[in-house]
Amino acid sequence: MEQPSSHLKIRHADGVAQVEFADRKILEELSIQEIGDELDRLVEGTAGIRLLLNFRNVDHLSSAALGMLVTLNKKVKERNGELRLSDINRQIFEVFKITKLNRLFEIHDTAEQALAGFSRR
Amino acid sequence: MIVHPPPQLRLGSLDMAELVVPNDLRSAKAPESLILGELERNGYDGDSIFGLKLALEEAMTNAVKHGNRGDPTKHITVRYRITPDRAVIMVADEGPGFAPECVPDPTSDENIERPNGRGIMLMQCYMSRVCYNACGNEVWLVKDRADPSNPCCEGRLTAG
Repeated sequence: MEQPSSHLKIRHADGVAQVEFADRKILEELSIQEIGDELDRLVEGTAGIRLLLNFRNVDHLSSAALGMLVTLNKKVKERNGELRLSDINRQIFEVFKITKLNRLFEIHDTAEQALAGFSRR
Repeated sequence: MIVHPPPQLRLGSLDMAELVVPNDLRSAKAPESLILGELERNGYDGDSIFGLKLALEEAMTNAVKHGNRGDPTKHITVRYRITPDRAVIMVADEGPGFAPECVPDPTSDENIERPNGRGIMLMQCYMSRVCYNACGNEVWLVKDRADPSNPCCEGRLTAG
């Protein structure tokens, strides 16, 4: 099942909400608030959500995007959910490493690996 | 225009292009497009451009949101000089400034889950040198072409 969304492509399958970003530059400051709001609605609408954010379409992000992800992660945890990130390119993963957020988030090389971890729960 | 960067950057006098844009994030994209085009024309590699784009975006966002506090009547001044050897960019807002050394470490355990506070650190990591003027409403970003692309956070902030 795929739901239309202005900034996100959301697919629900096997109990996991798989989210891709619709635009390569979507994680820039101008769009962050809207993306954060969309993800908030998704998390609030599903108790104990298992959420996978796939970054394969993303080639840039800023500290505002990191802030949005940190806030989202807290919200998911508060609701007994689980957030995973996947398919982060080398340059963007470097940003996660610099900010040490690679320790806060559960990051997998591929969506398949992330999904496999979910299914073991 | 001829500009005198902060002396601690040891750049001497520079002939820099200047743009003044209204204080909103959409207008802030105009200088970014021009500067990225200059970087490509001067042969900067993908990693350098990624870092410069990130640093510039953080500087512009800080100027619009924190320096000018979102005030639509204020402006952002951007000056830049891109040569094959070095990129020098200045971003100034009309706010009262701040003390960059007082911004807490965003990677410490107590701050890691804060949504804000990572922009200055990222600028320092991706640039060869970052320098503020005395009151802190003007930031200078310097990227030496010869500098390794891999970012490093040690000792990049030069006191203003």
